[in-house]
Amino acid sequence: MPVFYGTEVASPLMLGTAQYPSPAVLAEAFRRSGAGVATVSVRREAGGERAGRDFWRLISGLGVRVLPNTAGCHSAREAVTTARMARELFETDWIKLEVIGNADTLQPDPFGLVEAARLLVTEGFKVFPYMTEDLVLADRLLQAGCEVLMPWGAPIGTGLGLLNPYGLRSLRAHFPDVPMVIDAGLGLPSQAAAAMEMGFDAVLLNTAVAKAGDPAAMAEGFAKALEAGRLAHGAGPMPPRDMAAPSTPVIGKAFL
Amino acid sequence: MKITVNGETRETASETLGALLLELGHGEARVATAVNEAFVPAAARDGLRLAAGDRVEIVTPRQGG
Repeated sequence: MPVFYGTEVASPLMLGTAQYPSPAVLAEAFRRSGAGVATVSVRREAGGERAGRDFWRLISGLGVRVLPNTAGCHSAREAVTTARMARELFETDWIKLEVIGNADTLQPDPFGLVEAARLLVTEGFKVFPYMTEDLVLADRLLQAGCEVLMPWGAPIGTGLGLLNPYGLRSLRAHFPDVPMVIDAGLGLPSQAAAAMEMGFDAVLLNTAVAKAGDPAAMAEGFAKALEAGRLAHGAGPMPPRDMAAPSTPVIGKAFL
Repeated sequence: MKITVNGETRETASETLGALLLELGHGEARVATAVNEAFVPAAARDGLRLAAGDRVEIVTPRQGG
């Protein structure tokens, strides 16, 4: 199973906690998926509302590791302050670092990302940067002290899958020993299987499960696809070729 | 004095961030705080004196992806 910052997690599936039709459906999706990590967030709360307390109780009952995010932050400064608040709230130094550079695509701001990562690492955070599949950005984030990378498959919430397989393969090949998670854009289990077949260590998704007609069944579908992809990668896939090659031996064929 | 709490202007008699949290009913709640965009750890809330015009953020655990 994947190891992030020296901690082994129970599954290559990291699952978000937003947009489910109900807390019961969320809990069932986590149970069926076997996910080892839940992503969570921090948000304002009015006095007396207590939604935060109820959510904390729900998450605590899942028995998974929490990965707080800095979703919605558009500057390094904002992301750093959010990360500090998240560390205190969730009692973990893990942080999914999001610094958004474009509101339409929710594309990460590479410059703000590196700036925030560098600062957070010096404060002891274990940073999981949500990034594009850019090789140079990956290098800068590793130099900043990140030990995990989280390239996107496609823009958040689109379900478009792995839009740039070439870029993702290249990233995987250049940094073979860095744990990498495909974060965002997956819509179907087959896309998650493809990510694992490429050699990625895990996937992080939310909308594909939460917005499915049957979230728990979809969560289980993703879990099975991840296992299939992981086994396939480890098994050493055959190289593709252009010409056909008979799988049945030609020698011994009846001469008819 | 007038301050802003989670984006809304309000009047408060609380002199410290810790007192403000009590005033707003967050005494025992699991919350994290920032004042003027700077994180304020729980241990520092009682020592942080509020000034007119301060922008206070109070956040709690929530769903996220």
